[in-house]
Amino acid sequence: MTTISDFIPPIIVAQGAFWLMVALTLAGAFIAVTLPKILHNILGLALSMFGVTGIYLFLGSQFVAMMQLLIYVGAICITYIFAIMLSPPQELDQPKKRKTKVIAALIVSVVAFIGMIQMIISVNWGPGTTLTRDWSIKTLGQQLLTRYFLVFELISLLLAIAIIGAIMIAGIGQKRD
Amino acid sequence: MEHLITYLILGALLFCIGIFGLLQHSSLIGMLVATELILNGAALNFMAFNMFLSKDAVIGQVFTLFIMGLAAAETAIALSIIITVYRRFRTIKPDTVSELKG
Repeated sequence: MTTISDFIPPIIVAQGAFWLMVALTLAGAFIAVTLPKILHNILGLALSMFGVTGIYLFLGSQFVAMMQLLIYVGAICITYIFAIMLSPPQELDQPKKRKTKVIAALIVSVVAFIGMIQMIISVNWGPGTTLTRDWSIKTLGQQLLTRYFLVFELISLLLAIAIIGAIMIAGIGQKRD
Repeated sequence: MEHLITYLILGALLFCIGIFGLLQHSSLIGMLVATELILNGAALNFMAFNMFLSKDAVIGQVFTLFIMGLAAAETAIALSIIITVYRRFRTIKPDTVSELKG
């Protein structure tokens, strides 16, 4: 059986995959903020989240990558699309963007980016730690249910409250109609 | 690929693209989409520091999972608020929704 690593060395394949994921992330992010149609924005967000999933795989955590794929691409983007397609804001009028607003936003984000880049480059991050890493799901689950137990429970409580609150808000609005 | 700075720059780019979208978009759902990008930039930084600098290999992953949970809760609440705003004002432009009632 011939594989792709017979022709190209594996390190090149890995680097190509990494930069492909970076390109997907950035392209999706640009689609998500620049295109005028909201549905396109949401699909761009899904593309960007898919790219971030690949980068999490390169950062060595399969579990978080799969959670990213499930929660962001599978749940949040689909919720956006359902909220747009099933509810009244279906035929959205496309408001014209004011040029000054766009330019001001561009200036603010570029200045913030330059500041961050300067900070990142100026800091000497030192040598990375070389530890025996335990990336297994078992360790993560044990830590979640022992050391971070309170936060874990608070997050689940918050999610329950958020779901109930969302149903309440949407339901109250419907009754007044 | 093996440098921390690559991931940090990518996270900063995502964050700043999110800020740009948040400031310039003219509908509430578009602003919400940009917020997700900002949250992902922060989560990417957590994962990068976890991989390269952390002594405990789990902390960054736990934080990223918590960020995902918070993002899901925020999405549910914000979408329901946006739908209610649309029902009441017939628009989701943030500029026109400027009326408070006691």
